[in-house]
Amino acid sequence: MAVLSPERSSGDAVDAASDEPIAVVVNRDRSDKTFRLIAVTSGVAVLVIMSMVGVFLALRGSQALGVAGWGFLTTQAWEPDSGNFGIAAVIVGTILIASVAICVAIPLALGMALFISEYAKGWLRSSLVSLVDLMAAVPSVIYGLWGFFFLQSQMIPVARWISTYFGWIPLFAVDGSDPNDPLSTATVFTSSTFIAGIVVGFMVMPITSSVMREVFTQAPVGEREGAFALGATRWGMIRTVVLPFGRGGIIGGTMLGLGRALGETIAVYMIISIVFYIQPHLLQNGASSVSSLIALRYGESTALGLSALMAAGLALFLMTLVVNFFASIIVSRSRSGAAS
Amino acid sequence: MATTTTTRTTVNPEPADDAPPEQRVRLSQVRMSDIFALGGAAVASLCMTGLLYTTLTPFSSAIGFGFVWYAFFIGLYAILTVFDETSQAVRDRLAGVVIRSLAIFVVGVLVFVIGFTLSKGWEVLTHFNFFSEDMSNAGPLDPLIYGGVLHAVVGTLIEIAIALAIVIPLGVMVAVYLSEMPGALSRLVRTIVEAMTALPSIVAGLFVYATVIMIFTKQQSGFAASIAISIMMLPIIIRSADVALRLVPSTLKEASYALGAGQWSTVKNVTLPTAKSGLATAIILGTARGIGETSPVLLCAGFTAAMNWNPFQGPMISLPLATFEFVKSPEPTMIARGFGTALVLLLLVLIMFIIARYFGGKGPGALSKRQTKARLRQSEKDAERMTAARATSTSTMTAEK
Repeated sequence: MAVLSPERSSGDAVDAASDEPIAVVVNRDRSDKTFRLIAVTSGVAVLVIMSMVGVFLALRGSQALGVAGWGFLTTQAWEPDSGNFGIAAVIVGTILIASVAICVAIPLALGMALFISEYAKGWLRSSLVSLVDLMAAVPSVIYGLWGFFFLQSQMIPVARWISTYFGWIPLFAVDGSDPNDPLSTATVFTSSTFIAGIVVGFMVMPITSSVMREVFTQAPVGEREGAFALGATRWGMIRTVVLPFGRGGIIGGTMLGLGRALGETIAVYMIISIVFYIQPHLLQNGASSVSSLIALRYGESTALGLSALMAAGLALFLMTLVVNFFASIIVSRSRSGAAS
Repeated sequence: MATTTTTRTTVNPEPADDAPPEQRVRLSQVRMSDIFALGGAAVASLCMTGLLYTTLTPFSSAIGFGFVWYAFFIGLYAILTVFDETSQAVRDRLAGVVIRSLAIFVVGVLVFVIGFTLSKGWEVLTHFNFFSEDMSNAGPLDPLIYGGVLHAVVGTLIEIAIALAIVIPLGVMVAVYLSEMPGALSRLVRTIVEAMTALPSIVAGLFVYATVIMIFTKQQSGFAASIAISIMMLPIIIRSADVALRLVPSTLKEASYALGAGQWSTVKNVTLPTAKSGLATAIILGTARGIGETSPVLLCAGFTAAMNWNPFQGPMISLPLATFEFVKSPEPTMIARGFGTALVLLLLVLIMFIIARYFGGKGPGALSKRQTKARLRQSEKDAERMTAARATSTSTMTAEK
């Protein structure tokens, strides 16, 4: 690449006082110049495409934001044509589904990551890593099918049990279910935040798990062996070395999973029946999420309706962006060893 | 220090006649009592849960059964290990069992998700017309011997081909840019790409719907769906290709520069060939993700029951979208078709995944057996050629003398 041309005569080398840095001149030939030009252009092109998504959403959404004003954040209904619309219900619904998903994903991801990094050896380890990757590659529509046709019917008794014994907690209360009536309908327990959250939890588990595993395997060997030398059991070593070292990975992986859970569309759309009021009862029929709202309403929308959807999409995008941003900061810090 | 030299011989102690035969020291960490404790706890908890469910209480739920069984199992296992271990060891055993069972559960979920699709969709795949017809002549009430998903397969392949034609050159070029030209701009590009992996797929679809469809084409088309899929795939492929390129040893590149090669010829002849397997893995895994994307396709490609070969005109359906539309119907045959379509999609993803693992199992620059043999053969030929050349040159030199 570089053709160095020392810009000084041989006599200068004797004189130490004038020993200045050698000026490096890089002569690039035409193919190199073309290559660099194309590379920079493609980099800028990706930059432009990616920023365009955000900028365009903001531009197109601004019309609706102008109509709705601050009410956009507090209104629960979604009737763009009458000017009465807001994302309060769908955003809360999205966050609730993502929270259930994270509660499901954390223990599974942690267990899987610890098993791969601390317990499995040899072929088992590498095939489990592949298996977790495969789980991330399975299309969301297939998780949706599984959730709708299998998990839903299996979870109804569980949901009924939780609502019967823990119904005094507002989150688990279900309107219209009577624990004393054995013939009470089961449909109040279908299409709920709870079931959608469980399916999304299985979907985001792989990404969470692989981030945790990467950080766990980087726990210093010296400290691990030190713990063993002091007589620690394997669990003692994990508790005192691996988990404190991997704290950043656990938090970062969880947030990365949360970002994915917030944006998940098809599986959620297949399972929930969307409602436009804040539904705080996790187990009850009816839930809402921003992505399902977009999938449901994109076709029938007028100009203002589409603009309102854009604004909702922008809100979702900003939310995932912030979560992802903090997650990547935490993960990259913990990878550089600052957490140890 | 005085040195005394004495000859010493090693004398092995003679085993006493009445000593018991020596036992081999067992290095395995698993003892019989562990296995008994584990098995005993499993069987006992199964029996207790069975008793609870069949006779004592009116419980009835497979998942509830599993939970209760697991809770009893952990409790019983703790009690059994407390008998002959210290509290530290008991905690270690319990943690080991919990972590192992979580891992088994995750594997079980994956196997179950795949197996569920397989069992429900298999019957549909045995009808050959499922692969050779589209749905234009088959109504929701028709049995499975009519209609198929050929149009969705064709649509998926066309859409992913267009997306790959956009993403592969752009993605690999950007990854090369990120690794070859570090600077403020490339840092910015990397940050934006990282942020874009968080882009919800429905938002990408909405963006394309509002730009490409509303402004230019005015109709849903396969091409618009390809653009949306490309926007989803780009960050994924750039990130993993970037990682693959960073694994190329810098010594190889430096050797190339030292031989006087320019930056482009180094990238072309050293960096890209060395990272070939990593790049292939990145692209295949990105493709697997792109094929399975449903929500951008839902907004951009539209739904049709007929075959459409033209990506620029008219709606074009793909496998995930066909699955989604089929299972919306209340008719059992349509739901069966949905599972069949999902199974085709799943098999496609599985095949791509296995190919990717085959490529990705190797490190950068690692060669397969056949490639190593080819290199050796080439090297032998070179050696022969060089010896021959040296022989002729020495013979001409002696002739000149």
